[in-house]
Amino acid sequence: MYEGVVQDLIDELGRLPGIGPKGAQRIAFHLLAADPVDVRRLAEVLLQVKEKMRFCEVCGNVAEEERCRICRDTRRDPSVLCVVEEPKDVVAIERTREFRGRYHVLGGAISPIEGIGPDDLRVRELMERLADGAVQEVILATDPNLEGEATATYLARMLSPLGLRVTRLASGLPVGGDLEYADEVTLGRAFEGRRLLDA
Amino acid sequence: MYIAHLSLTDFRNYAGVELPLEPGVTVFVGQNGQGKTNLVEAVGYLATLGSHRVPNDGPLVRSGATRSIVRGDVVRDGRHALIEIEITPGRSNRARLNRAPVSRTRDVLGVLRTVLFAPEDLALVKGDPDTRRRFLDELLVARTPRLAGVRQDYERVLRQRNTLLKTAAQASAGALRTLDAWDAHLARLGGELLAARLATVEVLQPLVAKAYAHVSPAQEEARIDYRSGVELGDATTAAALADKLTDALAERRSDELRRGVSLVGPHRDDLLLSLGEFPAKGYASHGESWSMALAVRLAAYDLLCGDGGEPVLILDDVFAELDSARRSRLATLVAGAEQVLVTAAVPEDVPPQLTGVRHVVAEGEVRRVG
Repeated sequence: MYEGVVQDLIDELGRLPGIGPKGAQRIAFHLLAADPVDVRRLAEVLLQVKEKMRFCEVCGNVAEEERCRICRDTRRDPSVLCVVEEPKDVVAIERTREFRGRYHVLGGAISPIEGIGPDDLRVRELMERLADGAVQEVILATDPNLEGEATATYLARMLSPLGLRVTRLASGLPVGGDLEYADEVTLGRAFEGRRLLDA
Repeated sequence: MYIAHLSLTDFRNYAGVELPLEPGVTVFVGQNGQGKTNLVEAVGYLATLGSHRVPNDGPLVRSGATRSIVRGDVVRDGRHALIEIEITPGRSNRARLNRAPVSRTRDVLGVLRTVLFAPEDLALVKGDPDTRRRFLDELLVARTPRLAGVRQDYERVLRQRNTLLKTAAQASAGALRTLDAWDAHLARLGGELLAARLATVEVLQPLVAKAYAHVSPAQEEARIDYRSGVELGDATTAAALADKLTDALAERRSDELRRGVSLVGPHRDDLLLSLGEFPAKGYASHGESWSMALAVRLAAYDLLCGDGGEPVLILDDVFAELDSARRSRLATLVAGAEQVLVTAAVPEDVPPQLTGVRHVVAEGEVRRVG
């Protein structure tokens, strides 16, 4: 135990995801030794993130205004909607610069063990968004694990009466990798999803 | 294949032990509670990533230590492979193969294969269905390591689905609709598991009959059959079996909701072991039950040999359980194996056919005596 506020800081940092007791201690002493200007800037950003940021009322992504940058952008294709679990998945897909449609962030995946059902996710909002018929294709881009797959299956079934094109991201081999290093499940999926080569 | 070296750190009662091993028969003798079984338990752990004695890893770590390390140098067709597993209860284990970390611990499955006979094997005949399912699933994984993932995923879907069913009374209509999604994945993974189990039982069947005839000559024929709670018809492929499961899930949906537990799937199935007309459980004598248990293990050994890569045979304290006729027949059957590790409290229990290296185990020390 350290004296006073240092211990409080370690305790608070230790509560953050991905930071254990040792890591918390390291960060705390780093901050203690750091330039006061830097620490003040960090503190201000921490406060601002709670004050200024909110979730986009359309897609559920993080936003500084009522709508996020992507939902405000009129150049984005309104007929394609990509459904993801978390805001960080939006960032990952944006990095590809391949996708020009819009997003819908669910806020997680279905997991009864963690007490997360469809009512805890932004599924109702998704159905409302699809009601006006502007969206032609829904891409289900939930994580390729059991909970993500179950969520995708559930959504696919919900969406099938709407007559939309519902697609799922492909699973398979990482680009630039070696076939021999792929695990059997991934390789098996890649076999299932093989496609015809146009010669 | 054989193990050329076993090394334990903070495993059970061993603070540290380095044990060179040779092909052929090795016998560990010592009084009870000295650590004979712990040695072969560690070998089994390298092969299956689990103990044959306890369901979780807590008891494997020496008291006072936080983790154990088990290392085994496995020789197969003249090539060495070093498996290292660090067991930390409550956390996921770490494994290295030839000094390189593997991305998932289960990647080391299949490097070492063992068939272990233990006093607990009697439960294969007399015990609950889950003992027999575990036997079968471990055999599947030893033959096809990929199925370890299927088995793990199936268990996870099952836990998710059971949680949902258990809370179904309070759940909203929306939450209940997700049951269809879990059903789809239960059927897909269950179909895959069932297909592998059925195929394995089919090749195991003649081997069990043959092994039983060797252990207990001139008696009834032994059979092993797969008993599913679902009417499977003649479906054998994973896809066809998944369809059968889907139908059964639809049929039992209301029962499942009422009882709050998954009633359909390979987790409810069993292996039926029978002698002549009768099921071994409840009908077989103590001696016959032992013969049956030995026959099932010997058949598994035969099966793994046929797949290439003769497994290491481990006989943990079994001779004390058998009468002299069964002892001697078992010894004759296993004497020619590439490597046999035997533990016994009383040296005289080990039949004379099994001559080889002898070690005395006392108070966590292993000493070679001949």
